[in-house]
Amino acid sequence: MSGVHVTTTVNGDAVEFVCPPNEPLLDVLRNRLGLTGAKEGCGTGDCGACSVTVDDRLVCSCLVLGAEVEGRSVSTVEGMADGADLHPLQSKFIEHAALQCGICTPGFLVAAKALLDRNDDPSETEIRYALAGNLCRCTGYDKIVRAVDDAAKDIRKAKAKAATKTAKAKAKKAAAK
Amino acid sequence: MSDNNQNTNFTNQEFKVVGSRPERPDGIDKVTGRALYGADTYAPGQLVGAILRSPHAHAKIKSIDTSKAEKLKGVKAVLTSKDLPDLVGGAGPNYDILVNCMARDRALYDGHAVAAVAAIDENTARKALKLIKVDYKILPHVTDVDEARKPNAPIVQPGTRTANVEPAPTKDSNIAARNQFGHGDVDEGFKQADVIIEKTYKTEQTHQGYIEPHACLASVGPDGSGELWVTTQGHYTFRTVCSTLLGLDIAKLKVTSSEIGGGFGGKTHVWMEPVALGLSRKANRPVKVVMSREEVFRASGPTASTSMDIKIGATRDGRITAATADLRYQGGPFPGMWGLLGAMTSFACYNLPNVKTVAWDILVNRPKVAAYRAPSAPMAAFGVESTMDLVADAIGMSPVDFRMLNAAREGTRASYGPTYGPIGILPTLEAVKNHPHMTAPLGPNQGRGMACGFWFNFGGQTATDLNISTDGTVNLTIGTVDVGGSRASMSLIAAEELGISYDEIKCNIGDTNSLGHNDTTEGSRGTFSSGMATIFAARQAIDVMRERAAQKWEIPVEEVEWKDGEAHAVGVHHSNLIPLSLKEIAKASPRTGGPIAGHNETVADNAGVSFASHICDVEVDPETGSTRVIRYTVVQDAGKAIHPQYVEGQFQGAAAQGIGWALNEEYIYGEDGRLQNAGFLDYRIPVCSDLPFIDTKILEIPNPDHPYGVRGVGETSIVPPLAAIGSAVSNAVGVRMDHVPMSPPRIRAALKAQAASEKAVSAG
Amino acid sequence: MPDIQFSGAVRQAVGDVASIHIEATTIRELLRKLVERHPRVQSLIDEGLAVSINGHIYRDGWTTPIPPDAEVFLMPRVPGG
Ligand code: FES
Ligand code: FES
Repeated sequence: MSGVHVTTTVNGDAVEFVCPPNEPLLDVLRNRLGLTGAKEGCGTGDCGACSVTVDDRLVCSCLVLGAEVEGRSVSTVEGMADGADLHPLQSKFIEHAALQCGICTPGFLVAAKALLDRNDDPSETEIRYALAGNLCRCTGYDKIVRAVDDAAKDIRKAKAKAATKTAKAKAKKAAAK
Repeated sequence: MSDNNQNTNFTNQEFKVVGSRPERPDGIDKVTGRALYGADTYAPGQLVGAILRSPHAHAKIKSIDTSKAEKLKGVKAVLTSKDLPDLVGGAGPNYDILVNCMARDRALYDGHAVAAVAAIDENTARKALKLIKVDYKILPHVTDVDEARKPNAPIVQPGTRTANVEPAPTKDSNIAARNQFGHGDVDEGFKQADVIIEKTYKTEQTHQGYIEPHACLASVGPDGSGELWVTTQGHYTFRTVCSTLLGLDIAKLKVTSSEIGGGFGGKTHVWMEPVALGLSRKANRPVKVVMSREEVFRASGPTASTSMDIKIGATRDGRITAATADLRYQGGPFPGMWGLLGAMTSFACYNLPNVKTVAWDILVNRPKVAAYRAPSAPMAAFGVESTMDLVADAIGMSPVDFRMLNAAREGTRASYGPTYGPIGILPTLEAVKNHPHMTAPLGPNQGRGMACGFWFNFGGQTATDLNISTDGTVNLTIGTVDVGGSRASMSLIAAEELGISYDEIKCNIGDTNSLGHNDTTEGSRGTFSSGMATIFAARQAIDVMRERAAQKWEIPVEEVEWKDGEAHAVGVHHSNLIPLSLKEIAKASPRTGGPIAGHNETVADNAGVSFASHICDVEVDPETGSTRVIRYTVVQDAGKAIHPQYVEGQFQGAAAQGIGWALNEEYIYGEDGRLQNAGFLDYRIPVCSDLPFIDTKILEIPNPDHPYGVRGVGETSIVPPLAAIGSAVSNAVGVRMDHVPMSPPRIRAALKAQAASEKAVSAG
Repeated sequence: MPDIQFSGAVRQAVGDVASIHIEATTIRELLRKLVERHPRVQSLIDEGLAVSINGHIYRDGWTTPIPPDAEVFLMPRVPGG
């Protein structure tokens, strides 16, 4: 099978690869790009362990072809932390013991981030439905839901702080004028 | 969000760090994607292995033609059972494993491996599988546990004669063994009963459902040395089994356990690992084999499906006078001890003067059954606990009071034989009785149930190493696998003993080259047994440090005491000696006798039986029969919770698995003997939106055989949910379900039957 | 030393009796003497047995001493999940 040449962005970096036209994005990430954070739990779109975002849309990377991400922007769990600073979801998952074996964790983090990026104040029900595409067999989801809820709190706090800061700066600027 | 999690401590032991909730040491790796699981490693020159599986439930393999596959470009090895000759004597557990990992003359179930290939990439490997021609002669099959017992059923394993029956049978059958437990005289006991309830139950087969499929990377050289990277609960056991099957020297096969993405018993068993090693040996290249989800369902350890008759008799004032269970468990095509386990656990919660349990272990054409969390206990408990409720109802007692009156206690003779030491069933029942959940109001179509569960827990062979670096930080190497945060617990234990901080300990899982044999991480033994070995290893290192201090102070070692991370000279005439910290002693170690270490090799027995009682509220939709769990509370005895957060996690996870089992999960076989739902879409495990928060209450009734009082905690809480939900459904809509899972069609059918019989009654 | 009690397959192997009197101070000695009298027990030991002494279950600790007047129970060695 002759390969397809693909140019794309992964976690902010420009990336090129060649893959067979039938190869799932998950296999490209794992076997060609060395990004094994996304896991294969089923290969059929049922478990969410392979969750990544493509142009900010949450997808199962086992159902997307590598060739389809030409010119797009892919984000995986490996790109979630900002240098040494963990994303609030990552810290809260550890703090709340929201992982036991941890195989589902990358998928949950990516899916939860996609939720909080569009809604930073979800109800318990919203959290549960937003994560219903991700299977976890270890935790019974209890601590996962609590961790996401707590991370949302942190994110809102950080946003509020940033907002007052810019408001203050604006006011200062206006006063200076 | 409410947090109803509270602890109750029954031990008087004081701890400094044990019982606290620090962040787990492997947390960052696992939230950043850095942690390496079974499928996450690669070796230079690695090939992809793939397995051809039987599409038939039962078939004679007349011939296998691999010539075309071998000729395909890119194929480096093709393997059949001929490449795995029998080195284990043609019988016994290891022979069953050998036959299971590659069919010999017959395919015994849909999904049974018949051939394998190793090729340069996935596409080539798949193509090669299609080129292998297997000539099958289809044989009659049987997949149902009750059908398999019938006299004219197709024989799954010719030559099987039921064990432990006198006189010895002269005919082949699918009943591999009979086992009996109990004491007293049940006939006499039933004569004293005012109320006797007898009922038949059935439970379907479920899978452990770990999210990580089986995966390994195998490499064997022509010199017979090899390496295996694998997701497993027991890398030492895998080493022994694989070496034995392949004729390798045990010491020359290094097995490394990857991070494990869930096991729950299913990764205690060797599946395709010997095949991967065989392919690698043939190709002389590393071979990676990763099962697909479909393969996981079709060909790796589900639990038994069962049918059973339960009979309980009691007096009007609530005393059980006699109880019996007749239990039929299937283990797939190989003899197992699954029925036996059901018979041992079924009545373990109760104090019974007369009890008899009989187990029948049965062969069928389904995958080889493996342990699943408290193996065999949930099914028997479903029957027993459901019947307990019926008896309580018949004599007009509350289910909790009835259980409390009959609960086993210290000195009770267990239904499986021995006499109990201090146990926690009664405290869990008291906690349930007093829990606000028990009196919370219920809405229409809602009902509440409660049930109890028991599990043995095990210890086993354990080896642990503790090495102190010159800066005073500590490497702790354990040989049990970390399935859910045990590195955190081990670090807490080492910190507690040594008197240093949790952050100064680095806990690793040792590969098979770095420690002595460790039994598989099963039976809830991880924290119990490695914890025990860690305590002793730390104490040994402390003895070395006391000696070093004594040497420096030039006093007898008996006058040096270890306290809060320091060596103290005891006695009035030493009051001028300033205590030496672990750091100081470690720093001086190169010139005071060399590295400081402690190690421990032990058989950690007496993991301490444990009990749980659960409360569950459900809401049933009478139109569709669909049932939702709306509130759930777990009460379980942990002995001593080393890291309570992860103990809660075990309780919650076990309960969630039990809920899935009770309501949805089942293997569905067609008439053709093929598994019809080998995927997460059709084998539906609970998702986030299916469940409520699961409240937990940890009781701590110390295990007298562990220095800290630890009991195993991982398994017991999968036992009560089936019956708790069954009773909740009964209290919600008035139908007593006798068939698990209580899926919408089954509940709908039961409601219809109830309506019809009510109509008949009112018409009559 | 009191009687050794049996259940399940072990009971079959010793001729369907509930208990036997054996003088032994360790699990090893107990099992050795039992096999001398009932050779069929050997295969059960190979498959896996556990010994309960006063309610404490030992699967492997064959050097474990058996105190006088202990309750001793032979049972199958069972696996976990
Ligand atoms: S691996 Fe993609 S959804 Fe399961
Ligand atoms: S933590 Fe194991 S599957 Fe979620």
